Amino acid sequence: MKVVVCVKQVPDTKGGVKFNPDGTLDRAAMLTIMNPDDKAGLEAALRLKDQYGAEVTVVTMGLPKAEEVLREAMAMGADKGILVTDRVLGGADTWATSQTLAGAIRNLDYDLIITGRQAIDGDTAQVGPQISEHLGIPVISYAQKIQIEGDSVVVERQYDDRYHVLKAKMPCLITALAELNEPRYMTPGGIFDAYKAEITTWGRADLKDVEDSNLGLKGSPTQIARASDKVRKGKGEKVALDPSESVEYIMNKLKEKHVI
Amino acid sequence: MDFTLSKEHEMARTLFREFAEKEVKPLAIEVDETEEFPKATVEKMTKAGFMGIPIPKEYGGQGCDVLTYAMCVEELAKVCGTTAVIVSAHTSLCCDPILTYGTEEQKQKYLPDLASGKKIGAFGLTEPGAGTDAQGQQTKAVLEGDEWVLNGSKIFITNGKEADVYVIFAITGMIEKRGRMTKEISAFIVEKGTPGFSFGTKEKKMGIRGSSTYELIFTDCRIPKDNMLGQQGKGFGIAMHTLDGGRIGIAAQALGIGEGALDRTIAYVQERKQFGRAIGAFQNTQFQLADMATKAQAAQFMVYKAACTKDQYTKDHKTSYNVEAAMAKLYAAEMAMEVTTKAVQLHGGYGYTREYEVERMMRDAKITEIYEGTSEVQRMVISANLLK
Repeated sequence: MKVVVCVKQVPDTKGGVKFNPDGTLDRAAMLTIMNPDDKAGLEAALRLKDQYGAEVTVVTMGLPKAEEVLREAMAMGADKGILVTDRVLGGADTWATSQTLAGAIRNLDYDLIITGRQAIDGDTAQVGPQISEHLGIPVISYAQKIQIEGDSVVVERQYDDRYHVLKAKMPCLITALAELNEPRYMTPGGIFDAYKAEITTWGRADLKDVEDSNLGLKGSPTQIARASDKVRKGKGEKVALDPSESVEYIMNKLKEKHVI
Repeated sequence: MDFTLSKEHEMARTLFREFAEKEVKPLAIEVDETEEFPKATVEKMTKAGFMGIPIPKEYGGQGCDVLTYAMCVEELAKVCGTTAVIVSAHTSLCCDPILTYGTEEQKQKYLPDLASGKKIGAFGLTEPGAGTDAQGQQTKAVLEGDEWVLNGSKIFITNGKEADVYVIFAITGMIEKRGRMTKEISAFIVEKGTPGFSFGTKEKKMGIRGSSTYELIFTDCRIPKDNMLGQQGKGFGIAMHTLDGGRIGIAAQALGIGEGALDRTIAYVQERKQFGRAIGAFQNTQFQLADMATKAQAAQFMVYKAACTKDQYTKDHKTSYNVEAAMAKLYAAEMAMEVTTKAVQLHGGYGYTREYEVERMMRDAKITEIYEGTSEVQRMVISANLLK
């Protein structure tokens, strides 16, 4: 069994978000982490490795510095790391990113592709499903539990107040939620091995069946006008009132804030 | 000379820090209050590979260097002195002598379980009448057929009741040395559950209260002849060499305790207001912090230097690291005591309460000036090297 996991190096928002003067994220000035949903996806793949001896290949697209996130994945137990990096791929939105990753994955044998649901810096949840679309394979998103049954996967897909149980024949793509599992720690020896291992680096020329017009900034239909830090919510206000009084109270508050 | 850590070491530090913050810190107060050995944490450390960091992979360890191991102990100690010493005593005082002096059979038999954390290790040298004077011990081992028969007791044994494998020292005879009869000391590997091996009282301690510190009692305890570690009569050298390595672990523990107290104090002085401003705005506070940080940094360099020197020894046995280890432990332990005492002072009345962790850190720091060779012993080691 072969599993490909897509991971993204994202800013660690715990260390504070920093911006360039033009409003874009100053990624170089921020500490980085492996995107939490992706890490859960990697853990799911590593459990398949523990259980079925699956081979786990981790793919990331980003600056050369994104190699770190591949080393981390390998220190956790992934077998191979592939870094897709090229100047012409810069400035990609979800469309161009999914085209790039699909172009890279076309070079690989796989039974299962796992991506995180969404990255904490973009919050779009589009890249995973788009990759499946480009590759022409089924997708099951928002996985909270994954099981293998013969040549199929059975996945619990999280929903607002319930979950759906879906079965899909492999090859297919699953997008993972951080709640899927508790990712393992790297091991100290794994870290040193990961730095000894070779990372495969691919550029534009290595991407299979992708048009230039679908790559990088030029291939991105979405343009980011401005990025901003999350607006932190205040503590709110708690009041204990009778239902009749509380309706009036809330209405007055909404009027006060010009919501209604 | 380059003082920057490699990317591997940086990533290892990130791992240890994340683990310590998430798994160890939330339990530190409880471990101190209840004086209970943090079994669940040890299980998690086992899974993460922390129980065999410098042990070669062929024996089930992580195959990392001593510096990585020291960094692990340091990061654990920043949040919990107890958890740090569990790893240190297990690794330095049990795994290391078996790796260094064990026969291939002994290494194959004991190291994989120890290095993977399936079993915990301990070391028994100290006796009621033999602390700094290790020659003063009374525990005896007599060969009867294919077995050594042990009689005596060991005190203040870290990981005491929780361990599974013990490196124990005992007198195996008398030999003439420079015209005088002296005790011949040998080392043995003793397993928990061996008939005649029992536990005495649990020590009630000032600090590192979750650490399982017990008396070990041997009453006609018969162990296989093959469980002698190293050659007969070489026990004293094995003990001293083992403690040279152990001191790097304890120095790293002391370093972490000092750094942990400094971190908390930096946060506290920026929050605590007196006379209308944060106490960090007063020059007295600033100067105290500057001194604390400078000493912690100096200690870190010394601990890392000692760890790197022991790594050199692994490659070339002509290298010696006993002076580096003694200096690192002496300085780091005294730094930890000074920094934690200042941390309590800067916290004022709150610092004296158990709600603020600097109080625990001050209690934990004290033992680092005592065990695995007191500060006075370290000074003896250092000066003996100067005057040889």
